[in-house]
Amino acid sequence: MRDVRDALMVARNTDGKLVNRPLSPHLQIYRWPISMALSILHRATGIALGVGTLLLTWWLVAAATSPQAFDAAQGFIGSPIGLLLLFGWSVALIFHFFSGIRHLAWDLGYGFEAPHYDNSGKAVLIATAVAVVLVWAVGLSVW
Amino acid sequence: MANPHIDIYRSPLGRARGAGAAKHGVGEWLAARIEAVALVPLTIWFIFSVIHLSGASHAQVVAWMQSPWTMALMIALVGTMFHHLQLGLQNVIEDYIHDDHIKWASLVANKAVCVLLALACIVSVLKIGL
Repeated sequence: MRDVRDALMVARNTDGKLVNRPLSPHLQIYRWPISMALSILHRATGIALGVGTLLLTWWLVAAATSPQAFDAAQGFIGSPIGLLLLFGWSVALIFHFFSGIRHLAWDLGYGFEAPHYDNSGKAVLIATAVAVVLVWAVGLSVW
Repeated sequence: MANPHIDIYRSPLGRARGAGAAKHGVGEWLAARIEAVALVPLTIWFIFSVIHLSGASHAQVVAWMQSPWTMALMIALVGTMFHHLQLGLQNVIEDYIHDDHIKWASLVANKAVCVLLALACIVSVLKIGL
């Protein structure tokens, strides 16, 4: 044992011999319930949104620099690749938004029963799909 | 796993206590939650703004940004968002990177990049709006 984090992993058995404590099964052993998938998706969308902030930063800096720089940024966002990125970003943002509200409810102590977190998970997915369709329907009709 | 052995001279209780908190985790945890709450209305406002500005010209964006409320909300959004992002990425780094040198380098780089991007956004908002 070299590290304090190992402190609880090594113990003595009834013969007084040093043994490693058994480990519980790791992720790949379990089937994937919806709560597990949404949990990792919350992280993944958070990281994706971090990458998306680069686009927002570019857009703002370009607008502050010159009309030409702004046109370049706006042109990229309006291109097929730009729109695809924007779509992915909007899905990530809206999912993280609803999933985050679910996390806030847990932080307040609500929704820990299995039927509750199963239902709230499905509700997050449905709300995300509806909101993405709504945002893009309104966005494209205005554009 | 290798043969279990002990080569440090501390009691199990002492080792467990040594693995304790650095005493500022609660503040960061709470900050991330409070920012999440603040980001709910700010995100809704931001999505409406993006829709409103879709296909806008440079002049239209400048005119939009010149409202003090727009600038205030943009700066609030950017500041809250980047701090929330920094805390979230910090959690991910702490969970998945175990090598101490890489972990600390990543944590510092994460903070530096988030602060720099936030500053670039805030300066841009001020430059457009003022």
